Amino acid sequence: MKRSLPRIALGVAFGIAFAIPGAHAQEVNKHARILAAPCAACHGTNGNSVGGTPVLAGADRAHFILQMKEFKSGARPATVMHQHARGYSDEEIEMLADFFAAQKRGQ
Amino acid sequence: MSLDRRSFLKLAAGSGLLALSPAAVQAAEALGKGRHKPRVVVIGGGFGGATCSKYLRMWSNNAVEVVMVERQKQFISCPMSNTVLGGSRTMADITHDYDGLVRKWGVNRVEAEVTAIDPAKKTIRTARGELAYDRLVLAPGIDFLYDQVQGTSHELAETKVPHAWKAGKQTALLRSQLEAMPDGGVYVLAIPKAPYRCPPGPYERVCQVAFYLKHHKPKSKIIVLDANPDITSKKGLFMKAWNELYPGMIEYRPNAQVVRVDGATLTAHTDFDAVKADVLNVVPPMRAGKVADLAGVVTADNRWCGVDFLSFESTAQPGIHVIGDAVSSSLPKSGHMANTQAKVAAAAIIELLAGNQPDPDPVLGNTCYSMVSDKEAMHVANVFKYDKEKKQFVAAPGGGVSEKHSETEGSYAKYWAMNIWSDVLK
Repeated sequence: MKRSLPRIALGVAFGIAFAIPGAHAQEVNKHARILAAPCAACHGTNGNSVGGTPVLAGADRAHFILQMKEFKSGARPATVMHQHARGYSDEEIEMLADFFAAQKRGQ
Repeated sequence: MSLDRRSFLKLAAGSGLLALSPAAVQAAEALGKGRHKPRVVVIGGGFGGATCSKYLRMWSNNAVEVVMVERQKQFISCPMSNTVLGGSRTMADITHDYDGLVRKWGVNRVEAEVTAIDPAKKTIRTARGELAYDRLVLAPGIDFLYDQVQGTSHELAETKVPHAWKAGKQTALLRSQLEAMPDGGVYVLAIPKAPYRCPPGPYERVCQVAFYLKHHKPKSKIIVLDANPDITSKKGLFMKAWNELYPGMIEYRPNAQVVRVDGATLTAHTDFDAVKADVLNVVPPMRAGKVADLAGVVTADNRWCGVDFLSFESTAQPGIHVIGDAVSSSLPKSGHMANTQAKVAAAAIIELLAGNQPDPDPVLGNTCYSMVSDKEAMHVANVFKYDKEKKQFVAAPGGGVSEKHSETEGSYAKYWAMNIWSDVLK
């Protein structure tokens, strides 16, 4: 699911395009951040929870994957997380794990 | 590409209505030197519009200039506003400012009402002047179809028969009416036919009003006049909550569409019945916020806005995106949905501005808690994925509702509110 991410995108489709440089564009998996976007409602922007729920930013990759798989199978009981976990494929869960592991805490 | 620097600066100078961030000043200076960033104007500062403004800045690394036009001074959250009626939260608890968007994210905020939109010239007009855009986002929320319930009007809603379906003045009015109601009084809630904003919202409201009455006016009664054939969301959970927590207090009448209201006697009329209330809360049918008409993006039933779900770009007007409750779809009209739609739209807009295609596999999520007392809650949760054949979002397998309301979920509902408010605004 890797997408190629040019550092400076210069489209020509309709004659007008803007240079949108990204400081870390090459390291950002834009699809992963769309997959992770709904998590923010409970776990904060980029996984930096502001209260109550676990901080996912900087989470250990293997631990994250294990928890999501256990939510999915029901091995780890939950009120809501099993319902979200089951919405993602194993491959998507790995992308989420990579995304959150790469996020800085406290931002 | 005319960027209309003069009107932008004129707008900026206007009586402090535009909060200018350092980034905005830089952008304005850059315009003077003939360089510019693409500009996205976002109309609406609710869950959809505010989120979209923040994420356009965050995900473009500030390469996109964002102007958010919102007529309200502050953000007042519809989610959790029912608990103000129940008494466990205050208006201050659900009211937030826009400072974080301006200071932290460099969003330019214009506090004004939009009076005209010109999709051909790519400009919008407010009382403060004209603004050019490269892409426009409409997050207009909802407006009410008072003409579908005879006797109702905006004025009546503001003074006597509130809908309180946009959190704010009317939430406070309805709370004060409940406080003034005698013990033994009757609270009547009229629910419109779906689709309407927040499917479980009316039934949560019944819980919150019941919670208040049980503790302060236990002889009182609640009558629910539902235009729908049944409870439209979390049915089993709400029936259980009503029976266990508020036995004997709630009378639920399905297929009871209110067609006329007598504001003088506080009477709600269906085709068969007349129901007299001490506190009358009529929620009229809804449509996309009227600013959508200015852009010519209302395409479905004269009420909702059709979009291409990969980008949330209007099917009627290229370059204009519509997000949140105003969108024509089978998706629930909730705050979390608007919040995640805003992110898919922001990502797509950044790609489109750069001449690229949007992500072909976008994902949305919805977690919606209902507070059934001061401490207990329950939820419905789903992940939605784009279906390439249907060209719309469909619920992924595995979603669903709580087993039962609980205090544990009440805590999670509180954390949800803290985190989503922060995600939208900070």
